[in-house]
This record gives sequence, structure tokens and C-alpha cells, in this order.
Amino acid sequence: MKVAASDWFLLSPELFLTAAGLLILSIAVFVEKAKEEFLGFLTLIATVITIGLVALLSGYHGRGAPILAGMFVLDNFAIFFKLLMLISIALTVLASIQFVGRAPYPAGEYYALLLFAGVGMLFMVSGNNLVSIYVALELMALSSYILAGYFKGEIKSTEAALKYFVLGAFSSGVLLYGISLVYGIGGRMGLPELAKLFETQEKSNLLIVGILFILAGLLFKIAAVPFHVWTPDVYEGSPTPVTAFFSVGPKLAAYAILARIFYVAFAKFHSDWGLIVALVSAATMVLGNVAALLQTNVKRMLAYSSIAHAGYALMGVLGFRTEFGLWGILVYLLAYTFMNFGVFALVVFLETKGYAAEAVSDFNGLARRNMTAAVVMLVFLLSLAGIPPTAGFIGKYYLFTSAMKAGYAWLAVLAVLMSAVSLFYYFRIAAAMFFAEGEGVPLKSSYALTAAVLICAAATVLVGVVPQPFVEMLRACVIQAP
Amino acid sequence: MELMGISIPILSIVTYIPLVGALAIVFLFPKERTGAIKTVATIVALVDLLVSLPLWFLFERGREGYQFVEKVSWIPSLGADYQFGIDGISLLLVLLTTLMGVIAVACSYTAISERQKEYYVLLLLLQTFMIGTFCALDLFLFYVFWEVMLVPMYFLIGVWGSDRRLYAAIKFFLYTLAGSVLMLLGIIALYFYNTTGFLGYKGLGQPPTFSIEKLTAVAAGMPAELQIWLFFAFFFGFAIKVPMFPFHTWLPDAHTEAPTAGSVILAAVLLKMGTYGFVRFSLPMFPEAINTPWVRGVVVALSIIGIVYGAMVTLVQKDMKRLIAYSSVSHLGFVMLGVFALNMAGLQGGILQMINHGISTGALFLLVGMAYERRHTRMISEYGGLARQMPIYATYFLVMALSSMGLPLLNGFIGEFAILQGAFAVSFWWAFFAAIGIVLGAAYLLWLYQRVFFGEITNPANANLADLTGREQLTLVPLVVLALWIGIYPRPMFEVLRLPAEKIVAAVGGKTVPSPALTRKSAAEEGESTLSRDAP
Repeated sequence: MKVAASDWFLLSPELFLTAAGLLILSIAVFVEKAKEEFLGFLTLIATVITIGLVALLSGYHGRGAPILAGMFVLDNFAIFFKLLMLISIALTVLASIQFVGRAPYPAGEYYALLLFAGVGMLFMVSGNNLVSIYVALELMALSSYILAGYFKGEIKSTEAALKYFVLGAFSSGVLLYGISLVYGIGGRMGLPELAKLFETQEKSNLLIVGILFILAGLLFKIAAVPFHVWTPDVYEGSPTPVTAFFSVGPKLAAYAILARIFYVAFAKFHSDWGLIVALVSAATMVLGNVAALLQTNVKRMLAYSSIAHAGYALMGVLGFRTEFGLWGILVYLLAYTFMNFGVFALVVFLETKGYAAEAVSDFNGLARRNMTAAVVMLVFLLSLAGIPPTAGFIGKYYLFTSAMKAGYAWLAVLAVLMSAVSLFYYFRIAAAMFFAEGEGVPLKSSYALTAAVLICAAATVLVGVVPQPFVEMLRACVIQAP
Repeated sequence: MELMGISIPILSIVTYIPLVGALAIVFLFPKERTGAIKTVATIVALVDLLVSLPLWFLFERGREGYQFVEKVSWIPSLGADYQFGIDGISLLLVLLTTLMGVIAVACSYTAISERQKEYYVLLLLLQTFMIGTFCALDLFLFYVFWEVMLVPMYFLIGVWGSDRRLYAAIKFFLYTLAGSVLMLLGIIALYFYNTTGFLGYKGLGQPPTFSIEKLTAVAAGMPAELQIWLFFAFFFGFAIKVPMFPFHTWLPDAHTEAPTAGSVILAAVLLKMGTYGFVRFSLPMFPEAINTPWVRGVVVALSIIGIVYGAMVTLVQKDMKRLIAYSSVSHLGFVMLGVFALNMAGLQGGILQMINHGISTGALFLLVGMAYERRHTRMISEYGGLARQMPIYATYFLVMALSSMGLPLLNGFIGEFAILQGAFAVSFWWAFFAAIGIVLGAAYLLWLYQRVFFGEITNPANANLADLTGREQLTLVPLVVLALWIGIYPRPMFEVLRLPAEKIVAAVGGKTVPSPALTRKSAAEEGESTLSRDAP
């Protein structure tokens, strides 16, 4: 295979990020523990430059430029996800600087792994071939396993890493098995080629089994029921900035390839997998919300909440046959990234202040100790519950319309009722912050963390109040029907 | 509104003055300066009232449709516009809201002693959201205001409420939210029916819009079966807010636990959102559903149960605030009965009774709050013989209780009379049960009055209670004046309500004649002749 000159150009964000990761890994050897903040800022700069590179490329491609003979593709869809994921990495770095600085473990590895996971994610959303998608996914997953166990001296962190690894490896196996079945029947790996093949070919049971295996593998990554059991443990045990990252970054990538694979390659067989996705979506939102109601640990509660949100997002995947296409899920993920990261960033904030941030009571009286933090947290909680005028409402609105339009009215009814239920546990935190008495010492946040939280809050409010420019931009990011 | 050739978005100004005031308090005043914060909040609420008053005078009574309309494109991708405008119904409700805003601020000076800055900020925010809900002419915008309104109310109850405030606050939020999310699905369905269709219904293929006017026309043309589905989607949103039996259980808790201003706003304005929703959306949008006998039967049956059951439960209450809260269930049942009589008398009476209930029940909550500030108890058994110690208080209480029970020359009478007339035109039994409600209403209010005010002072704690202060009287006087005005000369109100009510009745009655023994046409004429033209 010949590598064209333009390929190097189109891959520049990924290449740059890889180089930056390696560079940070090697500089880290010479940086003293006390000056590790410097590495964080370096990572941040590298991420921002990569964002710039992706933004530059957004003007270049036409309707999707093939890279490396069609192994990858750079279309608006990929660019949207790349930007959003890079922003989530930048936010993670901001939220990590103080947190990692206090931990007795080398920071260089942490930042480098974060960037490598980022590289994997960037490749994933561009993946246009089952093999390239799989390889990119493994790069992301392996880096994530290590990140989960970054606090290697702590049992919970190690347990999280091990659980994540064992179940993750298993799910990768399932995914790979599905890919092999599809390859065995179709004889090709490229998504557009598969779509072309299926145009003329009748479905076989074996093919459906293969498709379902691929679906199962991906559902694991987005933590949908019944493949969700790893989530609460991993989210609870991982260092909280990593949890914040897990709840958005890798999930975004997984949604992106789920949408792309099923939209581009398997659209014809939607009658076979559509109902399954709908049922999984229903089960996920019910179980996620009900389980979250029962949690007393904040991180576990938020873990179940993000499971519930995976259920909502799956409605957007169902919507692909409507005139909206994947518009709904894009709008929703934009909102989800900021609000969910914001919530976890505030948990990080409390942890850097010496709270375990385990029990809801750690939030007690936050309104008196740091009003801004409490109000911002309230905005995120309202947004997660889908109350207007926040980004979460706009996102959910698009998902509900997708489900209604796709003919799943029952799913939409279930989803709205579940989002009313979710308010109950989100507002346990709100009640703790505003109603309960707490110790009276004011809490101050570090600049980096404040920046991360305020960026999330600004985005959450802005998308909610003036959604037009964002939704219009995202309309252009929907994959064009093959 | 045009002024010297410049168009002034007066509705937006009225809506956002409190918001601007709230932001000013947040950023300009440290929380220690409570005096200044109170002053600013009062001024803001007063300015808002003054700015809203010209609406009453400039409103053209003889003009159909919405007035003071503002329209700016908001989310063109969805077809949602920022569109404001009012008709006679929303005019009255907006004015009621701005008036209650001032009263709510003024009645909190001494009642609220902690976290005052947050309190007044929330109160002003709530004000903005409520006015926005009444002014919105775009369903999407309406929904945004409708939902976001719950947030400040939740905190008002949760922070400044009494003992069981946490429970009451979250119950209030969850109940109303559960209802309104179903309404959201109804809105989405309506939107798709207008554009590209959904679930096997072929859409009309029109450009996407959320304009209430346009969607009303679209909805009225839907097949009956779909109308019934959508009617119930909206029904849950509105019925929980009203609240109708059996969705009323959040109300006594919320009312009882909320601080005085919260109860006043809740009773005077928030509950009206539900009935307003029925009048503005359900009736004109789903006439076929409403004219389906069983649908209308269900709604009317629930209203009548609400009237009678609400009144009976009220009788046995031991807590003054809870008593008045339950009386709201009964009164709002009246409003619903009037509205679903589907004739001019019933509808106009129902709408007027919304305002009346806001005035009388709002005032009663104020009065109970004043007693609570002095004695820190709401138990009726703790009081007795107050008439001797607090004659002024007793007088105000009497006037408002009489107004609430519908004594002639006071506002409640006009509303209840019109509702009864409307109900009677449809069915004797409707009017019969409503009349039972009135009798029970007189019973629980008079009995309450007797227990609290008459007799000797038996409880020594009541022996030295101070009568009302000037400020307290100032919060009550406007309500008394309004009660008398509506009671003696309601004609201006009916004038404002006539055109919108005619339009709604025409929209609902224009279809084939439905349920048994319905002589709507004559009833409509009768209602009009007695109430609008020859009003006393």
C-alpha cells in the first residue's frame, strides 16, 4: 500500500499527539516531582495544538477524505468527535494538575497515557474499516486500563484496573469474534465495501450473529445493560479525574464507532438489530436510574447515572433512519460531554480539599462554603436531569424526537419518565449543597480546576440558551447516507 | 407596543425586570447588606408592577388575537421562535403575577431572617419565569419557562420552609416534572404532525413551527383518536399543576411547608398555570377529544370529586395552612368545572375564578403567615379569641374568608355564580355538586373563623399579640380593593375576557354536538347576556 502525501497531512493530529505523548514520557524522566505541574501544562499545550490541527483540517476535506486507502476517513462526523474528545482530554488535564501533583506517583506516565488513549480515540472515530477500528480501540482500551490503576498503591484503584482489564479484554474478544464472522461471510472489512456487498446479498443467520456480537462488544464500551457491571466499580476505584475522563472520552469514541458501523455497514439489517437496541436502551435507562436511586456513594451514583445516559443516547442511534439521521445523538453528546465532565470535576474539587467525596454528605453546605461551586454544580445537575434552559434539555429533546420519529414512542415515554426519576437522586446532591448545614470554612479551588469547571458550565448554559449555532453546525456533521 | 414611533418590547421588559434585579443583587450586594437587598428587591418588584400596569390600559378590548406581540427567531433549526404576546386571559394573569410579586417581597421582610440574599434572588427569578410562561406564544419557549420555574420554587420551599420542607420540596418538583415531561412528548408529537408525521400518522408537511397559534389550528384538525392521546399527554402536565384530584397530594405538603411568600405565589400564580394550560392549549387544540363524552366525563368527574372531596378534607384540618391548601383543591375544582362546561358563562367564570382564587387564597395565606410570625404555630387549637386582641387582623381575615366562600359583593361570588350558571346549563347534577362544594366552603371557613377569632382568649400566649403593622396592612389592602372591585363591578374583567373566551368556546363547540342534554348554544347566549352585556 502506498502512503500518499495527503495522508500524512490528514493524519497530522494523530501523529502530533503521538509525538507529544512520547516526548512527555521522555522528558518526565528529568523532571523533579515538585515541578511536575510543568508536564501537565505541556500536555495541555499539546492538546490545544492538536485541537488547532483538527480545526485546520475541518476546512480541507470534502465529503469525507479517505486516508490510507480507505482504512480511515476524515469527514465532518469524525472531526466533530475529534474536537469534542480533545476538549475532554484538555479538561481532564486541567482537572488533573493539582490532583496528580499531590499523588505519590510519577505524573509523566499519567499524562502520556492520557495522550495515547487520545490517539486511540482519534483513530477510532476516523476508522472506516473493522480492523482499523479494532486496533484503535485496543490502543485506547489498554491505555485506559493502566490509567484506572494509576494509584497503584491503593487497593480500589488496582481492583478497578484489573476488573476493567479482564472484562474489557473479554468484550474485545466478543467484538473481534463478531468481526471475524462478518468477515467470513462478506470477505471484506471496509465499512462502505460491506454496505455495498449487503445491497445485493441476502442476510444469513450467521451474519446476524456476527452483527450482534459486534453490537455486544460495543455496548460494553458504552456501559449499556447488560454489559454495564464493570462501570460502578471502575468509576469508583479509578482516580477521579480519570473517572471523569472515562465517563466522556472513551464513551464518545465508542458511540461514534457504534453509530458509524451500524449506520454505514449494517443499516440494511436494522429490522434485526433495531428492536434489540431499543430494548437495551430501555433496560439501560431503567436499571441505571433505579440503581442510582439506591446508591449512597456519589461516584457510584454518578456511574449509574452515566449508565442511564447511555440508555438515552442509544435512542439517538435508533433515530438514524429518520430525516434527522444521527443529528440527535450528536447534539446530545455535545451536551453530555460538558455536563457529565463538570459533575465529576466538582467531585475532584472536593477530593482535592481532603474529602473522600464518597458520601452525598460531603456536599453538605457547599452553598455556604463556595457559592459559585454550588451554583455551577446545580447547573450540571439540572442539565443532567434535562431541565431547560440547559444543554441537557436540548440534547434530550433531540433524542426524544429521534425516538418518536423512529416509531419508538414507548421508548420516548419511558425515557421522559426516567428522566423525571433521575431528578430525585441528582437533587439529593442539590439538597445537600443548599439545604444541609456544613462546616463553615470557605473552600477555594485551584485555577486549573476552576477553568475546567467554568468551561463546562459556560458550554452547558450556552448550548441551552442559544442552541441554534451549535445544532446547525452539528447538522453538517451527520454522516451522509451511503 | 409603539411609543413615539419606536416599538417597545413591553412584555419582555415586564418579564425580565425581575431577572435583571436578581442579577444586580447577586453581583452588586454582599450578603451582609440585607437592608439594601430588601430595598432593591422591593423596588424591582414595584417597578415591574408599574411597568405592567400600562398593559391594562393599552390593551385593546375589541381586538381579536394576541396583542403586544414580539417575535424574534430563536432556534430556526427547530422552528422555535422567541415569541411573546398576550390576550385578555394572559393579561389578567400577568397583572396578577406582578402584583403578587410585590406582595411576596413585602411580606418577607421579617419572616425571612436567614440567607436573605439568596431568598430575594430566587423570588425575583421565579417572578421572571412565571411572567414568561404566561406571555410565551411559542410552545417551546412556553415549555422552557414552565419547567425552569420549578427550580426557584423548589429552593424556596426547601431552604426556607418549615419542618418537613425537604420532603415537600422534592415531592413538588417530582410531581410537576413527571407531568410536564409527558406534555413535552405531546408537544413533540404535535410538532411532527405539523411537519413530517410520525408513528404512521401522515404529517401535514408544513414548515416546522412551535407557534401556539399555528399549532392550535393544526391540532384541531387532527383525527379524534390522536387528539385523545395528545389531550392526555397535556392533561397530565396541567392536571398535576392545577392540581386535580387524584394528583393533588403534593399541594398540601408544598403549601404547608413553604414560607409565606412561597405559599402566596404558589396559590396565586403557580396553580393557575395548570388551569391556564387547559384554557390556552387543551380546549382549543383538542376539541374532538374534549367533545368525546368519556373524556369530558372523566375530567368533569375528577373536578367534581375535587370540589366535594377537597372541601370535606378541608373541614377536618387542624393546621390553618393545610386547611387553606386543601380549600384550593376544592376551588380549583370549581375552575375546572367552569372551564369544562364549555360555554361562555362557565369559561369566563372559570377564568375569573382563577384570578379570584389568587386574590382570596393568596390573601388568606398572607394572613396565616402573619399569625405564624407572631405565634410560630399554625395549629387552629392554639388560637382562639383573636378578634379581641387583633381587631384589624380579624377584619381583614373576615373579608378574605367571605370573599373565598363567595359572598355577594365580593369577588368570589361573581366567579362562582358564573361557573354555576355555566354548569347548570349543561347538567343539573354538575351544578348540584358544585353547590354542595359552596356550602361546605362556607362551613369550613366560618368554622375556622369561629375557632380562631371568637370566644375568650383561652391560650395565654395569645394575650399580648400585636395587631397588624402598617406594612402588613399595605400588603393586604390591594387585595381587598381588588376583591371589592371585582365583586361590585366585574364588567371590565368580563370585557377583557369576552373575545378570547368566545374564540375558545367557538373552537370547542364548532364541532358536532357531543354529550347528552347539551344545549351549549343557548347557554352561551345566556351566559353572555347576563354576564357581559348587562353585568351589574
